[in-house]
Amino acid sequence: MNAILLLIALATLGTAIVAMSGRNLLHSVLLLAVSWSGVAAFYLWAGAQFVAFAQVLVYLGAISMVVLFAVLLTRRAREDFGAPHNLTTRSRFAVAAGAAVAAVLLWAVSRSPLAGSKGPAPTVTVRDLGRQLLGQHAAALLVIGVLLTLALIGAVVLAAVDSPDFPEDAP
Amino acid sequence: MSPLHLCLAFSSLLFAVGLTGALSRGSSILVLLGLELMLNAANLNFIAFWRFGPAGSPATGVVFVLFSIAVAAAEAAVGLALIISLYRNQRNIRLPEATRLKG
Repeated sequence: MNAILLLIALATLGTAIVAMSGRNLLHSVLLLAVSWSGVAAFYLWAGAQFVAFAQVLVYLGAISMVVLFAVLLTRRAREDFGAPHNLTTRSRFAVAAGAAVAAVLLWAVSRSPLAGSKGPAPTVTVRDLGRQLLGQHAAALLVIGVLLTLALIGAVVLAAVDSPDFPEDAP
Repeated sequence: MSPLHLCLAFSSLLFAVGLTGALSRGSSILVLLGLELMLNAANLNFIAFWRFGPAGSPATGVVFVLFSIAVAAAEAAVGLALIISLYRNQRNIRLPEATRLKG
Protein backbone atom coordinates (compact mmCIF):
# COMPACT_ATOMS: atom_id res chain seq x y z
CA MET A 1 0.00 0.00 0.00
CA ASN A 2 2.71 2.45 0.99
CA ALA A 3 5.00 1.31 -1.83
CA ILE A 4 2.43 2.35 -4.42
CA LEU A 5 2.06 5.72 -2.71
CA LEU A 6 5.85 6.19 -2.73
CA LEU A 7 6.00 5.33 -6.42
CA ILE A 8 3.24 7.82 -7.24
CA ALA A 9 4.90 10.50 -5.12
CA LEU A 10 8.30 9.90 -6.75
CA ALA A 11 6.86 10.12 -10.26
CA THR A 12 4.80 13.24 -9.48
CA LEU A 13 7.57 15.09 -7.67
CA GLY A 14 10.25 14.09 -10.18
CA THR A 15 8.31 15.29 -13.19
CA ALA A 16 7.30 18.47 -11.35
CA ILE A 17 10.91 19.26 -10.44
CA VAL A 18 12.18 18.60 -13.95
CA ALA A 19 9.34 20.69 -15.40
CA MET A 20 10.01 23.61 -13.09
CA SER A 21 13.76 23.60 -13.73
CA GLY A 22 13.73 22.93 -17.47
CA ARG A 23 14.71 25.38 -20.14
CA ASN A 24 12.15 24.44 -22.78
CA LEU A 25 8.69 25.78 -22.01
CA LEU A 26 6.94 23.21 -24.19
CA HIS A 27 8.68 20.33 -22.43
CA SER A 28 7.77 21.86 -19.07
CA VAL A 29 4.08 21.95 -19.91
CA LEU A 30 4.07 18.35 -21.16
CA LEU A 31 5.95 17.15 -18.07
CA LEU A 32 3.50 18.98 -15.83
CA ALA A 33 0.69 17.10 -17.55
CA VAL A 34 2.46 13.89 -16.44
CA SER A 35 2.72 15.34 -12.93
CA TRP A 36 -1.01 16.12 -12.85
CA SER A 37 -1.80 12.59 -13.95
CA GLY A 38 0.35 11.44 -11.02
CA VAL A 39 -1.92 13.45 -8.73
CA ALA A 40 -4.92 11.78 -10.39
CA ALA A 41 -3.27 8.41 -9.67
CA PHE A 42 -2.99 9.47 -6.02
CA TYR A 43 -6.72 10.22 -5.94
CA LEU A 44 -7.42 6.77 -7.39
CA TRP A 45 -5.10 5.23 -4.79
CA ALA A 46 -6.98 7.02 -2.02
CA GLY A 47 -10.31 5.78 -3.34
CA ALA A 48 -11.69 9.08 -4.62
CA GLN A 49 -12.55 7.94 -8.12
CA PHE A 50 -14.77 10.88 -9.00
CA VAL A 51 -12.11 13.39 -8.01
CA ALA A 52 -9.56 11.53 -10.14
CA PHE A 53 -12.00 11.75 -13.03
CA ALA A 54 -12.44 15.49 -12.46
CA GLN A 55 -8.67 15.94 -12.22
CA VAL A 56 -8.09 14.19 -15.55
CA LEU A 57 -10.94 16.08 -17.17
CA VAL A 58 -10.02 19.55 -15.91
CA TYR A 59 -6.24 19.45 -15.59
CA LEU A 60 -5.17 17.03 -18.31
CA GLY A 61 -8.01 17.84 -20.66
CA ALA A 62 -8.63 21.56 -20.25
CA ILE A 63 -5.85 23.38 -18.42
CA SER A 64 -2.89 21.67 -20.08
CA MET A 65 -4.43 22.27 -23.51
CA VAL A 66 -5.11 25.94 -22.76
CA VAL A 67 -1.57 26.37 -21.43
CA LEU A 68 -0.17 24.69 -24.54
CA PHE A 69 -2.18 27.11 -26.67
CA ALA A 70 -0.81 30.03 -24.67
CA VAL A 71 2.77 28.76 -25.07
CA LEU A 72 2.39 28.34 -28.80
CA LEU A 73 0.60 31.68 -29.24
CA THR A 74 3.17 33.69 -27.33
CA ARG A 75 6.40 32.24 -28.63
CA ARG A 76 8.17 34.23 -31.25
CA ALA A 77 11.63 32.84 -31.68
CA ARG A 78 13.86 30.15 -30.31
CA GLU A 79 15.43 32.53 -27.81
CA ASP A 80 12.13 32.89 -26.02
CA PHE A 81 12.67 29.34 -24.90
CA GLY A 82 16.28 29.91 -24.03
CA ALA A 83 18.15 30.42 -20.85
CA PRO A 84 16.82 33.00 -18.42
CA HIS A 85 19.12 35.96 -18.19
CA ASN A 86 20.37 37.41 -14.93
CA LEU A 87 18.06 35.34 -12.79
CA THR A 88 20.65 33.40 -10.87
CA THR A 89 20.37 35.43 -7.66
CA ARG A 90 16.59 35.22 -7.72
CA SER A 91 16.70 31.49 -8.44
CA ARG A 92 19.04 30.95 -5.54
CA PHE A 93 16.77 32.84 -3.16
CA ALA A 94 13.74 31.00 -4.53
CA VAL A 95 15.35 27.61 -3.93
CA ALA A 96 16.28 28.70 -0.41
CA ALA A 97 12.71 29.85 0.28
CA GLY A 98 11.25 26.65 -1.13
CA ALA A 99 13.64 24.50 0.90
CA ALA A 100 12.80 26.47 4.06
CA VAL A 101 9.06 26.05 3.49
CA ALA A 102 9.50 22.33 2.81
CA ALA A 103 11.63 21.93 5.94
CA VAL A 104 9.10 23.71 8.15
CA LEU A 105 6.17 21.76 6.72
CA LEU A 106 7.94 18.40 6.97
CA TRP A 107 9.03 19.16 10.54
CA ALA A 108 5.46 20.07 11.49
CA VAL A 109 4.05 16.97 9.80
CA SER A 110 6.57 14.63 11.41
CA ARG A 111 6.01 16.14 14.86
CA SER A 112 2.21 16.12 14.86
CA PRO A 113 0.52 13.06 16.34
CA LEU A 114 -1.95 12.31 13.61
CA ALA A 115 -4.28 9.57 14.65
CA GLY A 116 -5.05 8.30 11.21
CA SER A 117 -7.92 5.89 10.87
CA LYS A 118 -6.90 2.54 9.44
CA GLY A 119 -10.37 1.71 8.21
CA PRO A 120 -11.47 1.34 4.63
CA ALA A 121 -12.02 4.37 2.47
CA PRO A 122 -15.34 6.12 2.95
CA THR A 123 -17.50 5.11 0.05
CA VAL A 124 -19.00 7.96 -1.91
CA THR A 125 -21.01 6.98 -4.94
CA VAL A 126 -21.76 9.43 -7.71
CA ARG A 127 -25.38 9.32 -6.61
CA ASP A 128 -24.44 10.46 -3.08
CA LEU A 129 -22.23 13.15 -4.53
CA GLY A 130 -24.99 14.48 -6.76
CA ARG A 131 -27.42 14.55 -3.86
CA GLN A 132 -24.88 16.41 -1.71
CA LEU A 133 -24.06 18.90 -4.46
CA LEU A 134 -27.69 19.70 -5.17
CA GLY A 135 -28.87 19.48 -1.58
CA GLN A 136 -26.53 20.53 1.17
CA HIS A 137 -24.02 22.35 -1.05
CA ALA A 138 -26.41 23.81 -3.62
CA ALA A 139 -25.59 27.42 -2.69
CA ALA A 140 -21.85 26.77 -3.08
CA LEU A 141 -22.49 25.10 -6.44
CA LEU A 142 -24.39 28.16 -7.66
CA VAL A 143 -21.65 30.49 -6.44
CA ILE A 144 -19.04 28.38 -8.26
CA GLY A 145 -21.12 28.57 -11.43
CA VAL A 146 -21.37 32.35 -11.21
CA LEU A 147 -17.64 32.56 -10.45
CA LEU A 148 -16.72 30.45 -13.48
CA THR A 149 -18.97 32.50 -15.74
CA LEU A 150 -17.56 35.79 -14.50
CA ALA A 151 -13.98 34.52 -14.74
CA LEU A 152 -14.45 33.37 -18.30
CA ILE A 153 -16.12 36.64 -19.32
CA GLY A 154 -13.26 38.49 -17.64
CA ALA A 155 -10.73 36.35 -19.51
CA VAL A 156 -12.40 37.17 -22.82
CA VAL A 157 -12.43 40.89 -21.96
CA LEU A 158 -8.75 40.78 -20.97
CA ALA A 159 -7.60 38.88 -24.02
CA ALA A 160 -9.75 40.73 -26.56
CA VAL A 161 -8.38 43.77 -28.36
CA ASP A 162 -10.29 46.85 -29.34
CA SER A 163 -7.43 49.30 -29.71
CA PRO A 164 -6.45 50.48 -33.19
CA ASP A 165 -2.76 50.04 -32.31
CA PHE A 166 -2.80 46.42 -33.31
CA PRO A 167 -4.81 46.16 -36.47
CA GLU A 168 -3.31 42.75 -37.20
CA ASP A 169 -4.98 41.39 -34.08
CA ALA A 170 -8.44 42.69 -34.85
CA PRO A 171 -10.97 40.06 -35.83
CA MET B 1 5.02 6.26 9.47
CA SER B 2 1.34 6.14 8.88
CA PRO B 3 -0.05 6.67 5.36
CA LEU B 4 -1.44 10.03 6.46
CA HIS B 5 2.06 11.23 7.34
CA LEU B 6 3.34 10.07 3.97
CA CYS B 7 0.50 11.82 2.12
CA LEU B 8 1.13 15.05 4.01
CA ALA B 9 4.87 14.86 3.32
CA PHE B 10 4.13 14.27 -0.37
CA SER B 11 1.85 17.30 -0.58
CA SER B 12 4.33 19.46 1.38
CA LEU B 13 7.09 18.62 -1.07
CA LEU B 14 4.80 19.25 -4.05
CA PHE B 15 3.87 22.64 -2.56
CA ALA B 16 7.54 23.50 -2.08
CA VAL B 17 8.34 22.55 -5.69
CA GLY B 18 5.50 24.75 -6.93
CA LEU B 19 6.57 27.63 -4.71
CA THR B 20 10.18 27.40 -5.88
CA GLY B 21 9.08 27.34 -9.50
CA ALA B 22 6.72 30.27 -9.08
CA LEU B 23 9.39 32.36 -7.35
CA SER B 24 12.38 31.50 -9.52
CA ARG B 25 11.20 31.44 -13.11
CA GLY B 26 11.09 34.43 -15.40
CA SER B 27 8.47 33.13 -17.78
CA SER B 28 4.98 34.08 -16.67
CA ILE B 29 3.51 30.79 -17.91
CA LEU B 30 5.82 28.84 -15.60
CA VAL B 31 4.82 31.07 -12.69
CA LEU B 32 1.17 30.25 -13.37
CA LEU B 33 2.01 26.55 -13.57
CA GLY B 34 3.81 26.79 -10.22
CA LEU B 35 0.62 28.25 -8.74
CA GLU B 36 -1.35 25.34 -10.18
CA LEU B 37 1.08 22.90 -8.58
CA MET B 38 0.55 24.56 -5.19
CA LEU B 39 -3.24 24.29 -5.62
CA ASN B 40 -2.83 20.62 -6.45
CA ALA B 41 -0.82 20.12 -3.27
CA ALA B 42 -3.65 21.66 -1.25
CA ASN B 43 -6.17 19.36 -2.93
CA LEU B 44 -3.97 16.39 -2.05
CA ASN B 45 -4.29 17.37 1.59
CA PHE B 46 -8.08 17.47 1.39
CA ILE B 47 -8.19 13.97 -0.05
CA ALA B 48 -5.60 12.67 2.41
CA PHE B 49 -7.62 13.89 5.40
CA TRP B 50 -10.86 12.66 3.84
CA ARG B 51 -9.34 9.20 3.44
CA PHE B 52 -7.28 8.83 6.63
CA GLY B 53 -8.48 11.54 8.97
CA PRO B 54 -11.15 11.35 11.63
CA ALA B 55 -14.44 10.22 10.19
CA GLY B 56 -16.73 13.07 9.31
CA SER B 57 -19.42 13.44 6.74
CA PRO B 58 -18.40 10.97 4.03
CA ALA B 59 -18.60 13.31 1.05
CA THR B 60 -17.28 16.58 2.45
CA GLY B 61 -13.65 16.24 1.33
CA VAL B 62 -14.63 15.16 -2.16
CA VAL B 63 -17.08 18.05 -2.58
CA PHE B 64 -14.47 20.51 -1.33
CA VAL B 65 -11.89 19.25 -3.82
CA LEU B 66 -14.39 19.47 -6.68
CA PHE B 67 -15.07 23.12 -5.86
CA SER B 68 -11.35 23.77 -5.53
CA ILE B 69 -10.68 22.27 -8.97
CA ALA B 70 -13.39 24.52 -10.45
CA VAL B 71 -11.77 27.58 -8.90
CA ALA B 72 -8.39 26.44 -10.25
CA ALA B 73 -9.86 26.23 -13.73
CA ALA B 74 -11.23 29.77 -13.47
CA GLU B 75 -7.86 30.98 -12.20
CA ALA B 76 -6.02 29.34 -15.09
CA ALA B 77 -8.36 30.95 -17.63
CA VAL B 78 -7.88 34.44 -16.18
CA GLY B 79 -4.12 33.93 -15.78
CA LEU B 80 -3.66 32.86 -19.38
CA ALA B 81 -5.75 35.81 -20.57
CA LEU B 82 -3.42 38.07 -18.57
CA ILE B 83 -0.43 36.39 -20.22
CA ILE B 84 -1.89 36.97 -23.69
CA SER B 85 -2.50 40.59 -22.75
CA LEU B 86 1.09 40.90 -21.47
CA TYR B 87 2.35 39.48 -24.75
CA ARG B 88 0.28 42.03 -26.69
CA ASN B 89 1.81 44.87 -24.72
CA GLN B 90 5.47 43.94 -24.60
CA ARG B 91 5.84 41.27 -27.29
CA ASN B 92 7.21 38.65 -24.92
CA ILE B 93 6.08 37.03 -21.71
CA ARG B 94 9.12 37.59 -19.52
CA LEU B 95 8.18 38.85 -16.09
CA PRO B 96 11.52 40.66 -15.39
CA GLU B 97 10.82 42.89 -18.39
CA ALA B 98 7.26 43.73 -17.33
CA THR B 99 8.26 46.91 -15.53
CA ARG B 100 6.01 49.45 -17.22
CA LEU B 101 4.15 50.30 -14.02
CA LYS B 102 7.39 50.81 -12.08
CA GLY B 103 7.78 54.40 -10.92
